[in-house]
Amino acid sequence: MTALSSPPPTRLSVADLRGSSARRRRETAVRLAFLAAASLSILISLLIIISLIGEAWNFVSSVDPALLFERGWFPRRDLYGIPTIVAGTLLVAGIGMLVAAPLGLGAAIWLSEYASPRARRAIKPVLEVLAGIPSVVLGYFALQVISPTVVDTACPGATDPFNMAAAGIGVGILITPLVASVAEDAMYAVPRSLREASYGLGARKRTTSLRIVFPAAISGIVAALILGLSRGIGETMVVSIAAGATGGSLFSIDPCAPGQTMTAAMTALATGSDQVRGASLAFPSLFFVGLLLFVFTLVLNLVADRFVRRFRVRY
Amino acid sequence: MAATPRNQAITAAEAVRRSLEGAGRTDWRSIGFQAVLVLLLVLTLGVLAWLLVVVFVNGTPVLLERGTDFLTSPLASQPERAGVGQAISGSLMLMAFVAIISFPLGIGAAIYLEEYAADTRFTRLVNTVVRNLAGVPSIVYGLLGLAVFVVALGDVVGPGPASGRSLIAGGLTMAILVLPIVIITSAEALRAVPGAIREAAFGVGATRWEVVRSHVLPYAAPGIFTGTILSMARAFGETAPLILVGAVIGGFNVRYDSILEQLQGRYTALPTTVYDWARKPATFEGNVYAAIVVLIVVLLLVNALAIYLRNRFERRW
Repeated sequence: MTALSSPPPTRLSVADLRGSSARRRRETAVRLAFLAAASLSILISLLIIISLIGEAWNFVSSVDPALLFERGWFPRRDLYGIPTIVAGTLLVAGIGMLVAAPLGLGAAIWLSEYASPRARRAIKPVLEVLAGIPSVVLGYFALQVISPTVVDTACPGATDPFNMAAAGIGVGILITPLVASVAEDAMYAVPRSLREASYGLGARKRTTSLRIVFPAAISGIVAALILGLSRGIGETMVVSIAAGATGGSLFSIDPCAPGQTMTAAMTALATGSDQVRGASLAFPSLFFVGLLLFVFTLVLNLVADRFVRRFRVRY
Repeated sequence: MAATPRNQAITAAEAVRRSLEGAGRTDWRSIGFQAVLVLLLVLTLGVLAWLLVVVFVNGTPVLLERGTDFLTSPLASQPERAGVGQAISGSLMLMAFVAIISFPLGIGAAIYLEEYAADTRFTRLVNTVVRNLAGVPSIVYGLLGLAVFVVALGDVVGPGPASGRSLIAGGLTMAILVLPIVIITSAEALRAVPGAIREAAFGVGATRWEVVRSHVLPYAAPGIFTGTILSMARAFGETAPLILVGAVIGGFNVRYDSILEQLQGRYTALPTTVYDWARKPATFEGNVYAAIVVLIVVLLLVNALAIYLRNRFERRW
């Protein structure tokens, strides 16, 4: 060691530890680039809100408020019956939930509690494939297959091939994988010790699943249902194809009859099956409906979020 | 035992023995419960099978009969001449927009949120905003594209005959639509890389960017790839926003002289073509199913690739 003839030791200063200035400049540049990318999402949501509110305000300020509560949605004739399309939306989403809640939760309980690891590994990707089927395909399936078979047998008399029930069932099939996967995640996350304690007391598998695991995962299960409802409300193509998205619709909550939802009303306006030339309010009405839809789904998503956070039991 | 009267008291030992053995009772309720669960699952999977069978049985004859002609022909009003050529090229161009714009931005944002940001109010805001953007219905993104790209920036993105309803407008809308999904899946992949990997790199004097580039990203890459591939699949099947920002419905016949002209011109995509044909008379039924077969085959391949990547490279720490 002493043989080393190195230059006399100097004191280390802060400047020595900083590294080269080029390296620091590069660090700052990279950091700023990533920060900009992250900030973009805020810009996007601001753009969404501004563009929706801007045109929606144009609509609200120039439309006669009485027209908003007409019993029918006929933008071509300047009748903007908001209750009509809101009722249609809730009807379709409700039917969808009637389908998706039992199917999704049943699949979730079985996958989480009963399935062998091999069955789980095999079935989960299949559910993912189902989740990946585009909504336009399910819409056509609902119209061509579900409507003439399931709906036609369930509804009395001759039913219109376009009807809300077929659309609702299509939406239900579409959101089943979402409900199943979120609920299954929640139940799978319940610690094994709880199940073992339950078995230790002599409980059956069924009792353990329903009385122990299900309540323990309830926050995630409720969140799964709310998220499913939110997806169902925002679902567009299934309804546009299967519910009979004609130009307008009278107020109707008959699932066996054609009807209009908020989303289908928007595509109908945009594709020109209801091309409006004279009435200038049709374009801004699109944004008003969009704003309503945005608020509905945002509230539901926030509630789901809150549910997970507020009622989650930490293990 | 058989001679014992029913109401006679049994010993405690006997009671325990009977209870443990089930004493000949079959737990019908438990069996019923499990049967219901299996039935629900089979029903769910059965619907998927039913859908695939219907689609392939009705779609493949047209595909076999028309062959590559169906895959290359443009939109047309007669079903026997109409094909998905323009739709496929339009969809591929939209995918290119998604890949070029949302992948770098989305992965960059995820890196910032997971690797750089401290737990500040700004970071929490960005996280909340991203989660909520992922839950916004796709048609609302279509409205955004309509207001911003088609109407406000129409002269830039699509001057001339397209009047704003150009490929650029559609591509940008799609890129914005999948951005939150890319951010969320990439952030999850980054979060799964254990802190010890980072500490080891910091320990030998690497800067934060060097840590991310040479240590975190390589380990997170399979997860990030899987997420980005799935977001591509999502964009490939998305229809509603494209209808609002004006993907062509009906037919169009334009020759483009340059890439820029094509980008600023009219376009269509595979799912919008399916939607358009679905509303046509029943003579188009075979075409709809054939187009759906093309759509589903592409999506199944993409999904299979993503699942393979995940299973092949998944790492447990």
